[in-house]
Amino acid sequence: MELKVLKRSTFPIRSEEDIVKARQIVRNWANEVGFKLVDQTKLVTATSELARNTFVHGGGGEMMLEQVEDGTRSGLRITFQDHGPGIPDVTRALQDGYSTAGGLGLGLGGAKRLVHEFSIQSEVGKGTVVIIVKWV
Amino acid sequence: MEKAKTLYALLSGHQNEILRQWQKEQLAPGVLRSDLISPDELKQQMEDFLRYLVEAVKKDETEDMSSLEAWKEVRSFLTEISKTQAKKGFLPSETSMFIFSLKKPIFQLLQSYDTEDLEKFASDLWKVNTLLDQLGLLTMESYLKSKEEIIRRQQEEMLELSTPVVKIWEQVVAVPLIGTLDSARTQMVMENLLQEIVRVSATIAIIDITGVPTVDTLVAQHLFKTVSAARLMGAECVISGIRPQIAQTMVHLGVSFQDITTKATLAEAIKYAFSRVGYRISKGESTK
Repeated sequence: MELKVLKRSTFPIRSEEDIVKARQIVRNWANEVGFKLVDQTKLVTATSELARNTFVHGGGGEMMLEQVEDGTRSGLRITFQDHGPGIPDVTRALQDGYSTAGGLGLGLGGAKRLVHEFSIQSEVGKGTVVIIVKWV
Repeated sequence: MEKAKTLYALLSGHQNEILRQWQKEQLAPGVLRSDLISPDELKQQMEDFLRYLVEAVKKDETEDMSSLEAWKEVRSFLTEISKTQAKKGFLPSETSMFIFSLKKPIFQLLQSYDTEDLEKFASDLWKVNTLLDQLGLLTMESYLKSKEEIIRRQQEEMLELSTPVVKIWEQVVAVPLIGTLDSARTQMVMENLLQEIVRVSATIAIIDITGVPTVDTLVAQHLFKTVSAARLMGAECVISGIRPQIAQTMVHLGVSFQDITTKATLAEAIKYAFSRVGYRISKGESTK
C-alpha cells in the first residue's frame, strides 16, 4: 500500500533541551493522530531513546516527524538522522545490555520493541539514520 | 553659518539643545513607559548620560573612539541603565531606543556644519553613527545578560523547589519527583535524598515517580544509581507511582526493576514502609 504523508516537520537535536522538546512535540502529534495513552507513552519513550542517541552518539542531528497514512491505518513516522561516527556493528548495538557509553544498553533494542516498524542504516564515518513507524 | 572645530566643541556647545530634543523624543506620548519609570527619573538619567558622553568625547576623539579608559564611565552607566530597565520589564526595543533616539538630535546638529566642508561632515557623521550603534548594541548586551541572570536564578530555584525530601514518619522519608529528570536534577535528587537519609536516620526511602511523564532507560539508570547509593547507606528504597502506561513501556523497553520494591501508588508504598519498620495502620474511631 502506498504511504501518504499528510504532515511533515523537522526539528534539530543539538542539546538536552532539544530531547525534551522532541518528546513534547511527539506527544502532541501522537495525541492529535489519536494514539491511546499507552501507545503515546511508548512512542514518546522510543523518541527519547533515539533522540538521545542522536545527541550523545551522533553528536547532534535532526528529527523529522511525519503523519502518515497507508489507506487503512494512520500513524507517525519519525526519522532520526545524524552525521556522527556511525555504528560499526549494528547487530551488536541492538543487543540488550551492550553499551559504549556506560548506559543500560537497552535504548536501541528497547526503542525497536516499542514501535511497529524499525529500520536502521549506519555507515562508519558518515552517520546513522533510524526510522520508526507506529500505527494507531 | 558657524564652523565647528571639533565634535567635542559641537556637542558641548549645544549640550542643552541636544538634551531638550532628545528628551522630547523619549518623553513623547507612546514612547515614555510612564508605568515603569517616572518622567523626572528618565530626564535625570538622560542628563547624566549626556554629560558622561560629552566628557568621553573630550577625552577621546580618535577615529574609532575605542579608548577603553575614556569610555569606561559611559559604558558602565549605560550597562546599569539597561540592566535596570530589563528588570523593570522594558521591551528590548525600548531599551535600545534610549540610545538610538539620540541620533536625530545629533544628526540635526551636524547638518548645521559648513556645507563647504563635506569631508569633515561625512567623517563626523560616520563617527557619531558608529559610536551610537556600538552603544546601542551595548544596551542590548546588558539587557540580555540581565534577563539571562533572571532565568538562571529561576532555574536554580526550580531545581531546589522540585526536589523536596519529606519525612513521613520515624525512619521513613519520601521524595516526590515531578517533571523532566535531566542529569542536573537527578544529581540534586540523589544528594538531597542521601542527606535526608542520614539526617533523620531513615531506613526506608520512597521515590515517587507519579509526576514523571517519561521514564526512559536514562531515567531508569538514574533511579538504579540512587537506589544503590541509598542501599550502601543502609536504607531500602521503594519506587512508587508507576502508572499502567509506564509499566507497559518499561516491559517493552526491557528495563527490569527485579530487586527493587515497586508499588503502584504512594499510599501502597507508605503502607509497605510502615510495616517494614514495625508500624501498623489501623482504622479507629472517626473524630468527625
